[in-house]
Amino acid sequence: MIYLELFWTFLKIGAFTFGGGYAMLPLIQAEVRAHGWLSAEELVDFIAVSESTPGPFAVNISTFVGMRAGGLFGAFCATFGVVLPSFVIILLVARCYEKFRESRAVRGCMSGLKPAVVGLIAAAVISTGQTVFFPAGISAGVFTSPAFLCSAVIFAAGILLSVKKVHPIIIIVISAVLGIGAGVLFGL
Amino acid sequence: MEKITSRQDRSQLLPLFLTFLKIGAFTFGGGYAMIPLIQREAGERRGWITEDELVEITAIAESTPGPIAVNTATFTGYQVCGVPGALLATVGVVLPAFAVIVLVSSALSFFSGNQIVKYAFMGVRAGVLALIVKAVVRMYRQCPKNALSYVIMAGVFIAAGFLNVSALLLILLCALLGLFFTLRKRGERG
Repeated sequence: MIYLELFWTFLKIGAFTFGGGYAMLPLIQAEVRAHGWLSAEELVDFIAVSESTPGPFAVNISTFVGMRAGGLFGAFCATFGVVLPSFVIILLVARCYEKFRESRAVRGCMSGLKPAVVGLIAAAVISTGQTVFFPAGISAGVFTSPAFLCSAVIFAAGILLSVKKVHPIIIIVISAVLGIGAGVLFGL
Repeated sequence: MEKITSRQDRSQLLPLFLTFLKIGAFTFGGGYAMIPLIQREAGERRGWITEDELVEITAIAESTPGPIAVNTATFTGYQVCGVPGALLATVGVVLPAFAVIVLVSSALSFFSGNQIVKYAFMGVRAGVLALIVKAVVRMYRQCPKNALSYVIMAGVFIAAGFLNVSALLLILLCALLGLFFTLRKRGERG
C-alpha cells in the first residue's frame, strides 16, 4: 500500500538524519530513486523550488514526493512520517532535560555545546555566504559583477536593519523587494 | 529559572500555534534561518524562552535526528505548554511548508522557472544571511567567556566551515570536552 510505504520510508529518513537540511539529501535520494518516485533530475529541480518556498527542506521534499506518489493523503503520510521521529525524541529529551538540567554533568556538557553551536552557525554563515555572493564560484571579475554588488548592498541593508531592531519578517520582505528591483533594473 | 508562563496555562496554546505558523511561513533556506525569528517572536515578544535557553535548544536540536526547525518548535512548545504545546508548535511550523508545496507541486515548472521569483530569492538569501550573522552575535554573548569556550568556537568554526567535519561528530566531541573540563575543575577544588 502506497500510503504505508510513504509513511514508513519517510519515518526512516526522519529518524536517521541528524543536522537536518541537506544532510538528509543522500538518504532521500537513495530511497526516492529505489521506489521510483522521482528521477535524479526531478530531485535536483525540486531542490531549487525548495529554496524558494518556506519551511524546512525535509518537510518540503516529503510533502512533494508524497503528493506525487499518493496525492494529498500521500503528502500527509510522508510529512507525518518525517516529522514523527524528531517529535517523539524531542519530547523524551525535553522531559529528561528538565530533570537533569541543573545536574553537573548536563551543565558540563552544555558548557562545551554552547560555544560549539556558535561555531557551527558561524560556519553556516560561511557556506551560506558562498552561495549568496559567489553562486558560480570565486573568479577574476566577480567582485565587480552586478549580482555580487546587489547581494552585498542587500546584505548590508539587512545588517543595518537588524541592528536597528527591525522585525526579521520585515527585513525578509524588504530583501525580496530589493532583489526584484535589482534583478529587473540590471537584468541579472 | 522563573518563566512568565506556567505549563498548565492553556491560554498560551493558540499564541504558540500562531507564532510557529508565522515562523514556519517566513523561514526560507531552513535550519538556522529560523533562529533570528525565534529570538524575536518566542523570546523578545512572548517571553517564552530566554536567549540562554535558545542556545541550549539549538544544541539539543543539533544532536537529535530530524529537521532543526521541527526539533526547535517541539522543544519550545513543550517548555511552554507541555505535550499539547509541543504538538501545536510543531503543526504550526510544518503547516505553511506543507500547504505551499501541495499548492506548488502542480505548477512546479512555473515556480522554478519564474524570473521574478528568482530575483526575490536572490534578495531574500542576502537578507537572511544578515539575520543569521546577527543571531550568531547574540548567541556569542550567551557563551561562557573562557579559554575553553574560545577554543571550541574557533575549532568548530574551522572544522565545520572549511574542513567539512560532520556537525554531529563536533557536537559529540564538544559535549565530552565540556563535561571533562567541568568535572576536572571540581576534582581540583575537592
